[in-house]
Amino acid sequence: MSRSPAPERFQPSTFSFSEENLSRAEVVIGYYPPGRKASAVLALLDLAQRQNDGWLPRAAMDAVAKYLDMPRIRVYEVATFYEMFNLAPIGEHHIRICTTTPCQLRGALDIVSRVENHLNVELGGTTNDGKFTVDEFECLGACVNAPVIWIDDDYYEDLDPDKAVAIIDALCRGEKPTSGPQINRLTSAPVSGARTLLKPVD
Amino acid sequence: MLSDRDRIFTNLYGQDHWGLVSARQRGVWDRTQTLLGNGRDWIVQQVKDSGLRGRGGAGFPTGLKMSFMPKESDGRPAYLVVNADESEPGTCKDRDILRHDPHRLLEGCVLAGIGMGACAAYIYIRGEFIREARILQEAVEEARNASLIGKNACGSGREFDIFVHRGAGAYICGEETGLLESLEGKKGMPRLKPPFPASVGLWGCPTTVSNVETISVIPEILRRGADWFSGLGRPNNTGTKLFCISGHVMEPCNVEEVMGIPLKELIERHAGGVRGGWSNLLAVIPGGSSVPMIPKTICNNVSMDFDALAEVNSGLGTAAVIVMDKTTDVVAAIARLSRFYMHESCGQCTPCREGTGWMWRVMERLVLGKAEIEEIDLLLEVGSRIEGHTICAHGDASAWPIQGLVRHFRPEIERRILDRLKTQTSSSGLSV
Repeated sequence: MSRSPAPERFQPSTFSFSEENLSRAEVVIGYYPPGRKASAVLALLDLAQRQNDGWLPRAAMDAVAKYLDMPRIRVYEVATFYEMFNLAPIGEHHIRICTTTPCQLRGALDIVSRVENHLNVELGGTTNDGKFTVDEFECLGACVNAPVIWIDDDYYEDLDPDKAVAIIDALCRGEKPTSGPQINRLTSAPVSGARTLLKPVD
Repeated sequence: MLSDRDRIFTNLYGQDHWGLVSARQRGVWDRTQTLLGNGRDWIVQQVKDSGLRGRGGAGFPTGLKMSFMPKESDGRPAYLVVNADESEPGTCKDRDILRHDPHRLLEGCVLAGIGMGACAAYIYIRGEFIREARILQEAVEEARNASLIGKNACGSGREFDIFVHRGAGAYICGEETGLLESLEGKKGMPRLKPPFPASVGLWGCPTTVSNVETISVIPEILRRGADWFSGLGRPNNTGTKLFCISGHVMEPCNVEEVMGIPLKELIERHAGGVRGGWSNLLAVIPGGSSVPMIPKTICNNVSMDFDALAEVNSGLGTAAVIVMDKTTDVVAAIARLSRFYMHESCGQCTPCREGTGWMWRVMERLVLGKAEIEEIDLLLEVGSRIEGHTICAHGDASAWPIQGLVRHFRPEIERRILDRLKTQTSSSGLSV
């Protein structure tokens, strides 16, 4: 996804935090010593993005800058540096497919082409109905459960192309598919069952 | 094989609940007050005697690092920062601690933090670990409500608090000074050292940055004694280690094993062996994407510890074992890592910003054989001009995978180039 702000036609003129998010922001700012409010910038940008349908307009960055007494340019720098901030409108669900070597070795590229075909969209694009944005992402840190895709707040693990498409279809139907391993497996344990810690140790 | 009795991470797979009640049943937060009562010097000395080396990749002796913190405060507070920005390709061990055993980490923060004179710990967790961060946050609140942290942490009379800080998707924030910049609300661009964080770290205050696994094993070292930990493995490579076994194995998994376990035993005993059998093994990246790969001939006998892997020109790194069988396009596998390093370069130092992209473009041509034979040496030459010429180790880490590839698979790269030349000359009707 582009690291430049969205074109003017997408940019709303104002942004203000909801009451709920303002109180969340106050909690986070309290984590840091007096005068170190800027440390909360990632957290506030995340709140703003969640409030604004998953992307950060410039007005939201300005609101964060004002709230944290930071120069606006410092907030723009942060928002454009970190990959999790979306700088242009995205689909209702954000699909991020990990393609770094451990996932690649276990078939991530087949998942990419299958998802692209299924949704008729290329990496970085959004489906015509606005339901899905599909991106490639660097290592998600769940490599023993490769291949992995990350949708909204959840990881879906141990995938193959069919399973990836099934999850997308479920989301399309408004369901909430179960996250985590998509094969019969306990988290990061071997698929045939744990080989250690089989009975309690006194 | 490590016996279950010596395993620290007894809830690695989340068989049991992560919460405080279950954690206490597993022995977490047991006698913490007594351990704290032994004093700062005792804590640091125990960690030194245990031989514990940092589990985040660099393997720096943890006790020594703790001892760099000022003994007497000059008025500035001191901080412990936990690096939970786990993003090294192949590595997913800290995730299991964060989501399945967070109290072990929190107890480690209190013991190590007070042991180094810190007033608070900040746990910097990668932004993508949304579920894990929520569990960790809940665990922090449980600990606070039980007075394990806060004004009088564990009844020690000391104030010590813990805060969870979420990142937002940048590998470079796993570099300790990049992490500190990010924690201060800036782009995660690493700082020049010196000054080192122990003198000028977070907000200009003395700071120690340590990996999740490093901090999480400290309570058991203090409870069971430094001798117990140093008795596992061999000198300079002691203790237990979480290994992540991914790629072409029958059963990829995480497992805690003794430091120095033979690579072959690790893969065959815990991960169901290489797909198609050991004879089908091509190569292994033994310590996360940044360390050079080793071919099967070395894998046959190598042990998984810092010194043994350094002897074969690789490294233990994060102990993330990426296995590649003979179906692997090994050049493409490393080219993908080159793209990773290009994408994740923060852009601060010219050799890394420009060099990582240059190396990736050459690697992509090498995959197809669209290159000259001389370019292989040119690639190494450029890599050597990046390595050691940047503020942080990202530049080095971008050069090492390519060095490992060329060291062990040069004939394969050359074959692709020669094959391509042959088809070109035959299709143009020229004789060689």
